[in-house]
Amino acid sequence: MRVGLFITCLGDSLFPETGRATVEVLERLGHTVVFPAGQTCCGQMHANSGYEGEALPLVRGFVERFGGEDLDAIVAPSGSCVAMVRHHYPRLAAEAGDAALAADVGALAPRVFELCEFLADELGATDIGAYYPHRVVYHPSCHGLRMLGLGEAPLRLLRGVGGIELRELEEAESCCGFGGTFAVKNVDVSAAMLADKVRAVLDSGAEVCTATDSSCLMHIGGALRRGRTGVRTVHIAEILAAEEAR
Amino acid sequence: MTPSGGFPVAAREAVADSQLRANLRGATHAIRDKRAAAVAEVADWQELREAGRLIKERAMRHLDRHLEALEAAVVAAGGQVHWAGDAAAANRIVGDLVAATGSTEVVKVKSLATDEIGLNEALAARGIDALETDLAELINQLAGDTSSHILVPAIHRNRAEIRELFLRELPDPGELDETPGALAEAARRYLRERFLRAEVAVSGANFGVAETGTVGVVESEGNGRMCTTLPRTLITVMGIEKVLPRLTDLEVMLQLLPRSATAERMNPYTSLWTGVTPGDGPQEFHLVLLDAGRTNALRDEVGRQALHCIRCSACLNVCPVYERTGGHAYGSVYPGPIGAILTPQLADLDQGATLPWASSLCGACYEVCPVKIDIPTVLVHLRGKVIRREAGGGGAEDAAERLSMKAAAAAFATPRRYRLAQRVVLPVLRLLTGVPGLARIVPGPLAAWTSVRELPEPPRETFSDWWRGRS
Repeated sequence: MRVGLFITCLGDSLFPETGRATVEVLERLGHTVVFPAGQTCCGQMHANSGYEGEALPLVRGFVERFGGEDLDAIVAPSGSCVAMVRHHYPRLAAEAGDAALAADVGALAPRVFELCEFLADELGATDIGAYYPHRVVYHPSCHGLRMLGLGEAPLRLLRGVGGIELRELEEAESCCGFGGTFAVKNVDVSAAMLADKVRAVLDSGAEVCTATDSSCLMHIGGALRRGRTGVRTVHIAEILAAEEAR
Repeated sequence: MTPSGGFPVAAREAVADSQLRANLRGATHAIRDKRAAAVAEVADWQELREAGRLIKERAMRHLDRHLEALEAAVVAAGGQVHWAGDAAAANRIVGDLVAATGSTEVVKVKSLATDEIGLNEALAARGIDALETDLAELINQLAGDTSSHILVPAIHRNRAEIRELFLRELPDPGELDETPGALAEAARRYLRERFLRAEVAVSGANFGVAETGTVGVVESEGNGRMCTTLPRTLITVMGIEKVLPRLTDLEVMLQLLPRSATAERMNPYTSLWTGVTPGDGPQEFHLVLLDAGRTNALRDEVGRQALHCIRCSACLNVCPVYERTGGHAYGSVYPGPIGAILTPQLADLDQGATLPWASSLCGACYEVCPVKIDIPTVLVHLRGKVIRREAGGGGAEDAAERLSMKAAAAAFATPRRYRLAQRVVLPVLRLLTGVPGLARIVPGPLAAWTSVRELPEPPRETFSDWWRGRS
């Protein structure tokens, strides 16, 4: 398959190792990775913050860059950004009254997948040859969980990883308190939510907390480092890309 | 009120109250788990939710016709109907009706609509004493407190606090320990006397059926049944969005509501009445139909679904924000996720301007809503409305946010500008993460972020740079 990589602005700028791991996993499975040039941001921050007018050009940009390529699927290592494209792009295009854009979005959005749902649900892969001998706990990010309905897909993939020891996360489905600008606009509530999530991660006894989204991991990881807990955050793509040293 | 005022400030105080946090955590988690179990018993729960959504959507689509049908049916059954455009009109109508009976006291069934319009205060101003008969509402009334939850108004209090309150406020509390039975018995003795002498009762309505003129209240304590059967005069204040087209619609709603609200298979007390029945129950029935912003909310194609709410409060119980702040921080009779979309639409947008931001958009509310109100989408929609309205206004913080959002949009607009922005922003971030404590003294979002978390350290090269070097 020709798979277009939707890197996301956060992944491109701050977490390139996650993007590299995504490329490795897809290529290991024999797919051709295409990285459409000129991609920037999906517009989620603007749309979710009440700046729909500013988000709309970014919707158009995404459609131009990815619609212009001959791709079987578009994959991103982020449930949240994929949810933006699949769920909010159709609404934004419709509200803007742009029928051509709505048609383009309608053709493109169903082919955009979060990495784990692409691997586990679309390709039916469970064991992709990964080896990661660490105690790991998985935090299901809200948008992947509820907007994309990822369900067990990430866990099925993690269970297929060699050497891994998966730990249970108490109240796993509780939000970590990131929520984009929520983390700074309602910092006290966000901090209270984060504190509970961090406690659950520490109680799990894991060395590594993983998730499908760099944004949630940036939030949880920021508190884990502030607390000098020694627990790291690692994106699930990097765990799936890890191999036994030869 | 600006998006950065209101809720965040009230929430800060609430979050700092450790007793409140403990009370709320215990209560919301208990109800949350019970609800999940009650819902899991129903094989076709998702189909029921869809049916509930469609019934409400249909009711709203032809609201005018259904309301006129309801009026005609109530009048035909011997009741009287009054139309109130706003809170002041509703309070005046109810006050006049009570005054006409010559009574100076009324007993009340728990009612959000009457809390919304401030009926008790309006009646007090006319020398009429309104007694809340729902146990939790009574607790709040005795304490001079307001509700903090749609269904469990005194959720912010524990038993020890309630025992102290009863010992202080009830005329004859007797020997009182902290057991629910003893506390309920003390309230029961106090209320019984008032039920028996009341001439007038005031209620809200869960439903009003257009087809038959039947009005209904569901409750758990039997106080509602006492109020709707014992007094001679019954006055019901009903929001116009509570109308249901057909009696059979109750089949769906009476399954959805109790399981979502109290995790019960059916409500302990479901009281339905149609006008008046000679020699049985109230001999005078008045239905006050309340608009108070509902017609205005109906004009908004995205926001109008907030009017579908059946006040089950499942969204409050699963909300991670509500769990930490409680209801008072929302500054409204309607707290939690549903309050965050209802309050700004019913009241002035300015009054609830910070509420659409009182959410991390985690979507737990939408997942449990029995009539499938897409609360996250409405929250985002209302954020847009507030931003567009405040364009050019608001405080310095709002202006700064607007500026940075526009700058970010400009940077993301073309690949060239995006790369340029990365070359400017990433070194700044490297500097900020390189000097411990530096980011914490930069005012605004950076200080807020770093108050409890570290910033991510920027990488040596972006993914795009790596990709270019690879091929």
